[in-house]
Amino acid sequence: MPVIEIAGKQVHVNEEGFLTEYDEWDEDIAQVLAQQIDVSLTDEHWKVIRFLRADFATEGESATTRRVQTVGGIPVKEQFALFPKKPAKKMAYIAGLPKPKGCV
Amino acid sequence: MKQVLILGGGTAGTMVANDLHGRLSSRDWRITVVDANNRHLYQPGLLLLPFGTYQPKDLVRRRDRYLPTGVNYVIGDITHLDAEGQTVDLSTGARLPYDYLVIATGTSPRPDQTPGMDDPGIWRTSAFDFYTLDGALALRDRLAAWDGGRLVVHITEMPIKCPVAPLEFAFLADDFFRRRDMREQVDITFVTPLEGAFTKPVASRHLGSMLDSRRIHLEPDFVVEHVDPETRTLVSMDEREVAFDLLVTVPLNMGADFLAGTGLADELNYVQVDKGTFLARHHDNVFALGDASDIPASKAGSVAHFAVEVFGQNFVDHVEGRPMRAAFDGHANCFIESGNGRGLLIDFNYDTEPLTGVFPWPVVGPMALLKETRTNHWGKLAFRWIYWNLLLRGRPIPIPTHMSMAGKVPAEPAAAAQRS
Repeated sequence: MPVIEIAGKQVHVNEEGFLTEYDEWDEDIAQVLAQQIDVSLTDEHWKVIRFLRADFATEGESATTRRVQTVGGIPVKEQFALFPKKPAKKMAYIAGLPKPKGCV
Repeated sequence: MKQVLILGGGTAGTMVANDLHGRLSSRDWRITVVDANNRHLYQPGLLLLPFGTYQPKDLVRRRDRYLPTGVNYVIGDITHLDAEGQTVDLSTGARLPYDYLVIATGTSPRPDQTPGMDDPGIWRTSAFDFYTLDGALALRDRLAAWDGGRLVVHITEMPIKCPVAPLEFAFLADDFFRRRDMREQVDITFVTPLEGAFTKPVASRHLGSMLDSRRIHLEPDFVVEHVDPETRTLVSMDEREVAFDLLVTVPLNMGADFLAGTGLADELNYVQVDKGTFLARHHDNVFALGDASDIPASKAGSVAHFAVEVFGQNFVDHVEGRPMRAAFDGHANCFIESGNGRGLLIDFNYDTEPLTGVFPWPVVGPMALLKETRTNHWGKLAFRWIYWNLLLRGRPIPIPTHMSMAGKVPAEPAAAAQRS
């Protein structure tokens, strides 16, 4: 896995640029990752990202948009407004988590 | 006497019953299967039924014919599962205690979960499902009388049972209208929440170009918010609209309702299990097999078959206090009908995406992977015989449990780069 520098820190990423180590993420890194995909982070965005981080810590996988709605309390429609077009992928990317498990 | 209770007498439940019956001594163990009815439906046939290939009588048989003598069979709707008290209640008033529980109650389409989808003004007159026998029959009759317009083939949300079936439906519809000499009167759109025709890059590329060559328009990243029955329009979460004259949708798929609130299942009522052993997360005597579990593999009969082969020996080890040594690799093997008497085959697992090559033997095949051939189509038709006569009964079929790389062409490095 490549190592790159984001916000002055060395982090491991996969071939699509998703962070691969949960503990290498911090909020400065999130800011840079968000900028890269044209998302400017507001309190509402942070609510989603903090939910994703906490949920991953207990569940071991990235929450789906449905889970962010039913467990995190943020409607899917709002997730689309905050992270346009591909919310599941964009939320996980900014939160330093794997892309939600392949819908095989 | 110990009790193994198997919930569901479908593909997975029947295979588990046959497998455990062969492994467990009838002096020490009693095996019971529960299902709501005695009609076992050959679900792969539902894809072809709307195009007139099969009749309902070809697809339905008695469940108990496929269970071994000595396995107890109980009919009733499951109303409650108490995982702490180790009992299952049925609509008949019966309470069934168990020592070990195997949940194999599958997944079902739930059109009621999307606003407007099952509106009486459109449901099964211009909006259809085909994963149920009633839905497939209603669609067959509509297709036979339809004079053309906008056909929309739609997936509501992943995961779904048999994830390639909606694509196959689109390919077969293209072929069906060509044969009826009315393809020019039909505009076909494939609407999906995924970012391409399929999730895995190599297969997505192959299948995507098959949509293009058939002039089937792809509408990706579309998560439906509601269906407007007045204007006959799908409306997405980000307010895009797709109008239809005939909608063939795969509604939200959910596990059985009795699993909600048991502490065993996720938001979609899928039992949360270890993906290698199928043991439930918080209960040492509960397993889930087939579509009912949350393993990150296709919800498909082939996956259930390979899973059951791993499960049997593990179960014996587990009940005798030994560690479970075999780990399931997520192996899936699916035929994809592409129309005009041809089909594709894909073979993959948790870690390896579907690749091109030949199957199951290197060089000689005879099946070709990710390529349209007549042999693959005949393989799909022959599978119905294999299903009833070999698969359900647990007799050997010539495909190894664990996926093999033999005969496969690894993905070109470019494939990874093209992932969006």
